[in-house]
Amino acid sequence: MNKIVEKKELAPKIKQLDIENPEIAAKVSPGQFAIVITGGKGERFPLTVAGADPSKGTIRLIFNEVGKSSKELGTFSVGQELRGLAGPLGNPTEIENFGTVLCFGGGVMSGPLLYIAEAFRQAGNKLIVAIGARTSELLIFKEELQAIADKFYVCTDDGSEGYQGVDFLNDVLKEKKGDYALAMSVATATQKAICEITRPFGIKTITSLTPIMLDGTGMCGACRVNVGGETKFACVDGPEFDGHLVDWDLLESRKRTYVAEERTSSLCYEMGEEFASAEK
Amino acid sequence: MAKLNLNRVPMNKQEPEIRRWNPYEVALGYSYEQAVEEANRCLQCKKPGCMNGCPVNVDIPGFVGALAQGDLPQAAQVLWKHNSLPAICGRVCPQETQCESQCVLGKKGAPIAIGRLERFVADWARANPEESGVFNPELPKSTGKKVAILGSGPAGLTCAADLAKSGHQVTVFEALHLAGGVCVYGIPEFRLPKSIVQAEVNYLQNTLGVDFELNHVMGRISNVDELLKDGYDAVFLGVGAGAPMFLNIPGENSKGVYSANEFLVRLNLMKAYLFPQYDTPIKIGKRVAVLGAGNVTMDSARWALRMGAEEVHVVYRRTKAEMPARAEERGNAEEEGIIFDLLTNPSQVLSDEQGWVKGMECVRMELGEPDESGRRRPVPIKGSEFVVDFDTVVPALGTQPNPLIPRTTPGLETTKRGTVQADENGKTTKEGVWAGGDIVTGAATVISAMGAGKRASAAINEYLK
Ligand SMILES: Cc1cc2nc3c(=O)[nH]c(=O)nc-3n(C[C@H](O)[C@H](O)[C@H](O)COP(=O)(O)OP(=O)(O)OC[C@H]3O[C@@H](n4cnc5c(N)ncnc54)[C@H](O)[C@@H]3O)c2cc1C
Ligand SMILES: Cc1cc2nc3c(=O)[nH]c(=O)nc-3n(C[C@H](O)[C@H](O)[C@H](O)COP(=O)(O)OP(=O)(O)OC[C@H]3O[C@@H](n4cnc5c(N)ncnc54)[C@H](O)[C@@H]3O)c2cc1C
Ligand code: SF4
Ligand code: SF4
Ligand code: FES
Repeated sequence: MNKIVEKKELAPKIKQLDIENPEIAAKVSPGQFAIVITGGKGERFPLTVAGADPSKGTIRLIFNEVGKSSKELGTFSVGQELRGLAGPLGNPTEIENFGTVLCFGGGVMSGPLLYIAEAFRQAGNKLIVAIGARTSELLIFKEELQAIADKFYVCTDDGSEGYQGVDFLNDVLKEKKGDYALAMSVATATQKAICEITRPFGIKTITSLTPIMLDGTGMCGACRVNVGGETKFACVDGPEFDGHLVDWDLLESRKRTYVAEERTSSLCYEMGEEFASAEK
Repeated sequence: MAKLNLNRVPMNKQEPEIRRWNPYEVALGYSYEQAVEEANRCLQCKKPGCMNGCPVNVDIPGFVGALAQGDLPQAAQVLWKHNSLPAICGRVCPQETQCESQCVLGKKGAPIAIGRLERFVADWARANPEESGVFNPELPKSTGKKVAILGSGPAGLTCAADLAKSGHQVTVFEALHLAGGVCVYGIPEFRLPKSIVQAEVNYLQNTLGVDFELNHVMGRISNVDELLKDGYDAVFLGVGAGAPMFLNIPGENSKGVYSANEFLVRLNLMKAYLFPQYDTPIKIGKRVAVLGAGNVTMDSARWALRMGAEEVHVVYRRTKAEMPARAEERGNAEEEGIIFDLLTNPSQVLSDEQGWVKGMECVRMELGEPDESGRRRPVPIKGSEFVVDFDTVVPALGTQPNPLIPRTTPGLETTKRGTVQADENGKTTKEGVWAGGDIVTGAATVISAMGAGKRASAAINEYLK
């Protein structure tokens, strides 16, 4: 159970794992996430499911190596097993024929976006797909997304490929206003920017929020977010919410709770091993 | 007849100024001599009141009598007949309101320390598994029937153990990555060492042959109807009442505000007290406020102290007399230096520019007329608002059932409070489905959950005949 059956490096520090878990593979829908535990002392951390193959009994996770847990996950090789994998969690994306759907994928979240966008496409929607990243080499799934998109755009923060920044979407929407939008990113600022662009056009915009989580089952409240003035638990009430109602400042602030501890954890992980071998 | 001895043998404990710095168990347990001495105080009543106070009817004079004779295997076997988790109950049962409250000696002096004796016998048996004779049950031939247990708290574990002993094939589905329910994620190490809970789970798994499917959030990965369709003959719901409640006051989402569940899960289940050896962090400041007055409040407050907080306040809107926490645990907390701010109700959490908690606005209360619960209702004193500095706030206001299972189980009726409707044997409104423990009663006790698991297992056994 939870054995890695395939591993790929999609871009520097972005990895993709296909993991054997037939039960989750049979049940998961686009938009849901899983909680991963790498080892016996590991934390429980959430990753959005980026695909599933029920016939092979596998699910796909795509992640940035940013801190201790994700770096450790990145060291897993084919054949190794995760300590724990719980899912599918959260509510699936609402898939209907809305008309034209604007799908935005920032960085690593272009992975799960592909899974969701395929479902939108199958439901009969026309797709305007835009993906963005810090720089050109971090763009993932360009070909795959372009293949299912009616219109396809690329942007980067540094302008190394496609448009610079996300503001070009204003012009895209002026030309062809969509009926519905989905903004995926782990960066709160990016999600907020997309929501602010769609707001004046009156396009309902769904965003998948990534607050700190612990259990992922609704028993702790670590993941609480404010949507439309109400406190919600992102793991059970979400993770997708109407982006025009999200209190982004609160989300960003709460996500920064453990910045110092995350750094300690990451340093101990990297340097601990160096010291240990030096002392031998 | 020997002279009545009205004084119980005192419990050995870590000294308050030492234990408030470590996560190790506070109560150290009786020695053999102490246990036998205490057991010898028991009058072996013909009509033992004590048993009426125990929700699972432990044969108290039976096991205490054997212990008084120094016959530990006999004591263990009598104890295990009615209670499959005595090492846990001996530590966490509110004995002072249950078995011990009905002991005849209590009328004149100190009742028999039943919980401490239970703990002693259970710990002895665990250390001497062969000799005790309680860990090698003769399992009957398999009945070929399959039962699914949802949730691995005391209700689920008890029900699972009894059904496995009856020859059924039992699978426990647990959402978290460790089994044990509140005993593993809620009740702190310093009151209930996790190795004890794990030993219990190992016994079910290795000796009784119960399957554990961890990381299975039922209602998501599968549901009751699917289990029944997949060949399970009966289902028991022991999913507890684990969803936290907040006060819904302004500022409650500031950084540094933890629900007691989050606080305790980080510390107990995820071992944040061992960060960065373990990966899960927790951030506890110098001045901590824990809101409420139950066991959960005391547990959170005492953990905060052990994590290095300089001042820990329990903030409660009524008085000591109304506190629902066990007297012993409140006493332990007081000895350790927890400060009680009584007749005080928070009205707002205040935060700094970075969104961190910096204090609470509170209002003074006075006791008015009794409410539905019979306790005098606290009412705010107008204009008495005041501000106190805190950098960590832990609302420990109780929990409610998680709606996931009821919502995904058509035909399962719930009450207005969200608990599952069940009769005294745990039978729900859905055919083939039983329920017990906190999911039926709302937050209660380990032993009442075990009692419910036991009654349901008997009913399921009957149903499967
Ligand atoms: C519902 C949900 C779904 C998620 N899905 C994904 C996913 O599919 N792929 C994925 O990579 N992450 C995803 N995340 C984020 C992921 O859970 C965190 O990246 C993870 O906790 C990292 O743990 P860590 O110990 O490696 O880093 P930490 O030590 O927790 O974080 C280090 C720092 O990096 C920042 N950071 C966190 N995640 C990222 C990121 N992805 N990119 C850049 N910076 C980041 C954090 O703000 C933090 O300050 C999701 C989060 C949620 C709540
Ligand atoms: C901090 C704290 C201290 C306490 N102290 C005491 C004490 O000193 N003495 C005492 O007698 N009682 C105490 N209690 C109360 C006691 O622990 C509970 O009443 C008892 O554990 C209830 O048992 P249960 O089996 O009904 O549920 P729980 O112990 O809550 O177990 C339920 C289990 O079901 C799992 N679950 C939930 N939903 C799902 C799902 N959808 N799928 C799969 N699994 C699921 C949960 O993860 C959990 O493991 C305390 C409670 C807390 C929180
Ligand atoms: S199980 Fe609890 S209530 Fe019953 S005798 Fe033991 S300690 Fe007392
Ligand atoms: S009531 Fe007290 S003295 Fe009598 S049998 Fe029970 S424990 Fe012993
Ligand atoms: S992560 Fe604990 S309630 Fe959402």
